[in-house]
Amino acid sequence: MSDRLPKSPDNAKSPNNDGGANQRISADDVAKVANLSRLTLDADELDLFTHQLADILDHARDIEALDLEGVEPMARPLPLVNVFRADEPGEPLDRAEVLAAAPSVENNQFRVPPSLGER
Amino acid sequence: MSDASGSTIDLEKWEIVVGLEVHAELSTRTKLFSSAINQFGGEPNTNIDPLTLGLPGSLPVLNEQAVELAIRVGLALNCAVRPSEFSRKNYFYPDLPKDYQISQFDRPIDAEGHLELPDGSVIGVERAHLEEDTGKSTHVGGGGRIHDAGHSTIDYNRAGVPLLEIVGKPDIRSADQAKAYVSELRAILIAVGASDGKMEEGSMRVDCNVSVRARGASELGTRCEVKNVNSLRSLGRAIEYEAARQVDLISAGEDVQQQTRHWNEDEGRTHKLRSKEEADDYRFFPDPDLVEVDPGEEWIDRVRAAMPVLPAARRHRLAEASGVDLAKTAIVVERGLDELCLAAIRAGADPVRTLTHAEHNLSGGRSSNLDPDGFASLVGMETGGELTATQAKQVLAEMVSSGDSPADIAQARGFEAMDNSELEGIVDELVAANPDEWQRFIEGDSKVMGFFVGQVMKATRGQADGKVVTKLLNSRR
Repeated sequence: MSDRLPKSPDNAKSPNNDGGANQRISADDVAKVANLSRLTLDADELDLFTHQLADILDHARDIEALDLEGVEPMARPLPLVNVFRADEPGEPLDRAEVLAAAPSVENNQFRVPPSLGER
Repeated sequence: MSDASGSTIDLEKWEIVVGLEVHAELSTRTKLFSSAINQFGGEPNTNIDPLTLGLPGSLPVLNEQAVELAIRVGLALNCAVRPSEFSRKNYFYPDLPKDYQISQFDRPIDAEGHLELPDGSVIGVERAHLEEDTGKSTHVGGGGRIHDAGHSTIDYNRAGVPLLEIVGKPDIRSADQAKAYVSELRAILIAVGASDGKMEEGSMRVDCNVSVRARGASELGTRCEVKNVNSLRSLGRAIEYEAARQVDLISAGEDVQQQTRHWNEDEGRTHKLRSKEEADDYRFFPDPDLVEVDPGEEWIDRVRAAMPVLPAARRHRLAEASGVDLAKTAIVVERGLDELCLAAIRAGADPVRTLTHAEHNLSGGRSSNLDPDGFASLVGMETGGELTATQAKQVLAEMVSSGDSPADIAQARGFEAMDNSELEGIVDELVAANPDEWQRFIEGDSKVMGFFVGQVMKATRGQADGKVVTKLLNSRR
């Protein structure tokens, strides 16, 4: 679209723009995405998901085969714009009820394991 | 700078290049995509709802007021306000339970603007985009630092608060200019009602990209991003430290590595946080839960029509009306005294004296209640020689506190212009009493001038006009 800003080099790593569908997804790609999502996959799972994801991407290749010259990318099927909410406060959730469902709580906060590295 | 790296940059040889990313929390009542309250300092986890917690089935709906405020800031920064959309920035970290942050990626709402600093320099703004703030993590155990924390606790009150990230161009050339940029941006955000701009409460957070290059070079050097800069003072120190570190590296024949670094205020230095090769892969994609935002001309025009006069325009207006340098107007505008000064000048007050009082003898707040006509009368009395500068300052202070007229206050205090003949008599007595000093004065020792002026002031209990006394003494040389 004409109003897209050029992506800055730091951010231009979205998987949907690296090389198109001509190359099949590799086990390394799947391992990387799994790591980013903090998922542990064993060798069989890695193989299974690599094939499944490749099949899904093959479907996208069917679309790429079409002549899409002049067709703008579309992120959503509905022709909607400007769906807004008024800036009015609603009812919050009950803290005690929410924290009761948490695996671990400390000082009315969610207690989580130490994080490795900072975002 | 020396407290940081032990070296000072030779600015004849090196140029510092800085670009700032400022995150401003918007002053909405509720969060960006849900009706949970946007409020600083509440009890932990009280401003939470299903969306804030990323509970299954919750859906984001955009807060219209956040868009309104983003338009105001865009216009104030001379940006194009454009159709925009939200993407998901995927990362795994407990401060946002959805495991992604909703942020505007390649279609930000505001693009290509600039702002003008009090010294007249112009800094480009690349873009400003809306996104969610994250929850607040507290690292517990170990040394309290992130790397050796035993565990963390999370308060989600801040998660989902609307942020506007304002990305500046690398047009800044010094630590002082960076501080001026943040001050100006803060003044603009406050003026348009978009944010309270409180750095100490994290309403305004700054990341700075710093690089250095040989003076005259056209290519930018490798930059480092410095995080955890929580005050204007830290900003200046962090930039100077980081620039000196980079110059030291280059001078030693090494390369600057592109890194994210953490500013440690206590140690006065930056530490490597991570290098760019390890940079997160955020896998941005358009958020299917949200639709495009297209404010359209009518909305944008309505916002434009309601915009206040912004600080830069106020400085220019005051400079034009008073004839003083643009840079001299900054403090008066910052204190919100420019309207008062303009009115006083229109009522006939001498512009330079008016601004001098605003700069040195008035603060913001209560002084803004000062009646412009009274202020003009006071300046007029001073210009006409009825009051000395010192007396005028005292009268002004009482005008602010009591609201009385300057004439009444001056009379009550017995401030009356000293008759020149009366002064002549006092000088005669001083000359007679201090013949040696007077001789030195006659022979051209100007240092003795201060002694005689002081003696006259003492004799008149401060009521004489210093300038008149000086003139009188010189005329006798």
